[in-house]
Amino acid sequence: MTNTNTNDPSEDTWELAGRTLRSRLIVGTGKYADGPETKACLAASGAEIVTVALRRVDLKAKDNLLSWIDRERYTLLPNTAGCYTAEDAIRTLRLARELGIADLVKLEVIGDPKTLLPDNEETLEAAKILIDEGFVVLPYCTDDPIVCRKLQDLGCAAVMPLAAPIGSGLGIRNPHNLALIIEQATVPVIVDAGVGTASDAAVAMELGCQGVLMNTAIAHAKRPVQMAEAMRLGILAGRQAFLAGRMPRRMHAHASSPTIGLIE
Amino acid sequence: MPTTIVLNGESRAMTDGQTVAELLRELGLDPRQVAVERNREIVPRAQHGETVLADGDQLEVVTFVGGG
Repeated sequence: MTNTNTNDPSEDTWELAGRTLRSRLIVGTGKYADGPETKACLAASGAEIVTVALRRVDLKAKDNLLSWIDRERYTLLPNTAGCYTAEDAIRTLRLARELGIADLVKLEVIGDPKTLLPDNEETLEAAKILIDEGFVVLPYCTDDPIVCRKLQDLGCAAVMPLAAPIGSGLGIRNPHNLALIIEQATVPVIVDAGVGTASDAAVAMELGCQGVLMNTAIAHAKRPVQMAEAMRLGILAGRQAFLAGRMPRRMHAHASSPTIGLIE
Repeated sequence: MPTTIVLNGESRAMTDGQTVAELLRELGLDPRQVAVERNREIVPRAQHGETVLADGDQLEVVTFVGGG
């Protein structure tokens, strides 16, 4: 019998730390031209969770980012960007909690300013302490199945391996590692960093990731709002393709039209 | 002797007996949009009004900004 199940994307929800989410796209709020562009891109992306950073207040700034983000619509996910030690990351997230967030936090401990690659050792140490303090930790890490396993075993609510370095737009550099991470995962796998365009997001979803987190790919597109929409569609297309199950790869051609009944 | 604090890395002269709440008001900051750390300890919002700043205090006043 033909399966006519259309798999309505609006029915395809996922769970993250007890929350039921419809969008599999998490977007950053950095690098946009201004508040209105930020707002328009968030709306076009369809995201339900958006990341924010924590910094000293700028007393000369005319408006606050938060005035452009509808807190009823989006869950804020504070990050620890710029932190190089577990101690700094923990200090940052304690301050973020004081600002009245939910309990979700994006933990990133950077190991090197040139590559911005994560310091997995410091990340593991920080994750342990933050989980003890009641935070729901989503850690950014390398695409290493072993570190992802350790992070999920510690009690992280997801693992967020990179596709490529932050802001590089190089796409999924190691799909095999991501496949191994997904295969062993007991928590959602969210690809974080390195996505450059909509096909990269689709590839991540086709591999079986639960979601993708991105910022620069949208903010630094020539037309950011249009790219936010493209990313939303790329995520949907990739997810549907994953659910549909791709055909096997073949070495040789296989005709799509009948080979009998050809006119002579 | 004047009271001086270090606010986000910069020295600032203070009135004696000034509280965190009074400082935020003077800076024009909405206390709901900032978090305050004094000498590396968080000052919970509920305690802003009763926390008197002392000479040499190191203050960090932070908020959310765009980030990925």
